[in-house]
Amino acid sequence: MSIWEYANPKKFIATTTPLVPWVMGISISCLVVGLVWGFFFTPDDFRQGSTVKIIYLHVPAALMAINAWFMMLIASLIWLVRRHHVSALAARAAAPIGMVMTVIALITGAIWGQPMWGTWWAWDPRLTSFLILFLFYLGYMALWEAIEDSDTAADLTSVLCLVGSVFAVLSRYAVQFWNQGLHQGTSVPVATGERSVSDVFFVPLLVCMVGFGLLFLALVLMRTATEVRARRIKALEARMR
Amino acid sequence: MIALLKRDLVLAVRAGGGFGLGLSFFLIVIVLVPFGVGPEAEILTRIAPGIVWVAALLAALLSLDRIFALDFEDGSLPLLATSPLPMEGVTLIKGIAHWITTGLPLTLVAPVLGFLLHLEPSAFGWLLASLALGTPALSMIGTFGAALTVGVRRGGLLMSLLVLPLYVPTLIFGAEAVARGAAGLDGLTPLLMVAVITLASFALLPFAASAALKINLR
Amino acid sequence: MFPDLGDYATEVLAAYGASIGLLVVIVLLSMRRSRKMRAQLDAVEARKDAASGK
Repeated sequence: MSIWEYANPKKFIATTTPLVPWVMGISISCLVVGLVWGFFFTPDDFRQGSTVKIIYLHVPAALMAINAWFMMLIASLIWLVRRHHVSALAARAAAPIGMVMTVIALITGAIWGQPMWGTWWAWDPRLTSFLILFLFYLGYMALWEAIEDSDTAADLTSVLCLVGSVFAVLSRYAVQFWNQGLHQGTSVPVATGERSVSDVFFVPLLVCMVGFGLLFLALVLMRTATEVRARRIKALEARMR
Repeated sequence: MIALLKRDLVLAVRAGGGFGLGLSFFLIVIVLVPFGVGPEAEILTRIAPGIVWVAALLAALLSLDRIFALDFEDGSLPLLATSPLPMEGVTLIKGIAHWITTGLPLTLVAPVLGFLLHLEPSAFGWLLASLALGTPALSMIGTFGAALTVGVRRGGLLMSLLVLPLYVPTLIFGAEAVARGAAGLDGLTPLLMVAVITLASFALLPFAASAALKINLR
Repeated sequence: MFPDLGDYATEVLAAYGASIGLLVVIVLLSMRRSRKMRAQLDAVEARKDAASGK
């Protein structure tokens, strides 16, 4: 018994299909509890007023946006090393979800920034890095779409994911350097991460993070199974022709 | 390897596109900027470092799809793949050839265009140095992008989408070095970072590019 | 019951609306594609079985 058994597409589908509704159900209940708790039953921050409630969407989405790319990186590595098709397809399945998470993080950040910083957008290191991350997602998905042969596409996107990860980290530090370089002395009010949040806000935030994580898991499982089926259709049709 | 380099250079010169097209594009972008933002010297002085770098980046991007596309079409790429030369060597040479035909001339004319944009006199040295150190990285990263998309029909647009985000760190550090030079500060730190990116991409990206090429030739 | 959102009601509601909307869209899209692929695969498998049965 090893984890690699699930690399068999049939076994993967058979195991995960019954799991998906459960994971989805738990994640949605977590999200409902967390968001309702956060929205209705937490006090306003004394400085940010009610906009502090946006944190329950913004932070989990940002967290998952980065973790989705990380998961794609690992899946790509597994594909390159062990050639399990499910792994490559899981990376493909995760990309659109990661992109949506990035968009949510950017949008909620902009909406929060408008009343708090007085601007929708600042070329703050974190914001800029997320914009770059969004571009990476776009490029990755475009490459998947562009190549017809599925194994070639899986290989090339994996290589892109590896190189892209290195450059994404590099960009993160470059952007930090760049902004400090231009705006010496001014401190851009970066969103207070969960470190500095008091328990009243933190517990519902934690519930939301769990909800987002499970939602990501459920969607990836579902979409991976979809991709496996799509590939099987292609193979069967090719054989029948 | 030297023979391949010579062949690529000769082809680029004969085709005429190599030197001329990228350079003219560079010039046109620089000339267009004052039309867009107005002719005031102070504004131009302020944005000159960034504009020159962005223009250089776009000019380098323009000729990337020629790196492998022609060889792929006429079938000399599989021939190169079966030659005793390792694929990593081929991609390295391709990157160097691209730099000699675009990056090097860009670097050499950049100071002239700096005059057009009223670049601070103190920044010219930094501009020359940062472009000389940074454009090789642009060529090598571009070679990787070209290797990824060589099998895609009309892959030029896709390649831009893939390559431009990878150019971000080089652009930031390169432009920052010039901007610091223009402000009379010491631009050595970003300059060294540019050099680091260039060296690292020459050390690692030929492997990634050759892996992508092998996959595409399979 | 409904909390007093103060001056920032529009912003908070817009953020919640946009995010939940986007989440719902990605979930629905995934589910629709999943269902479509499943139906297609069933159809193709049935055709294959029919072809091999002859």
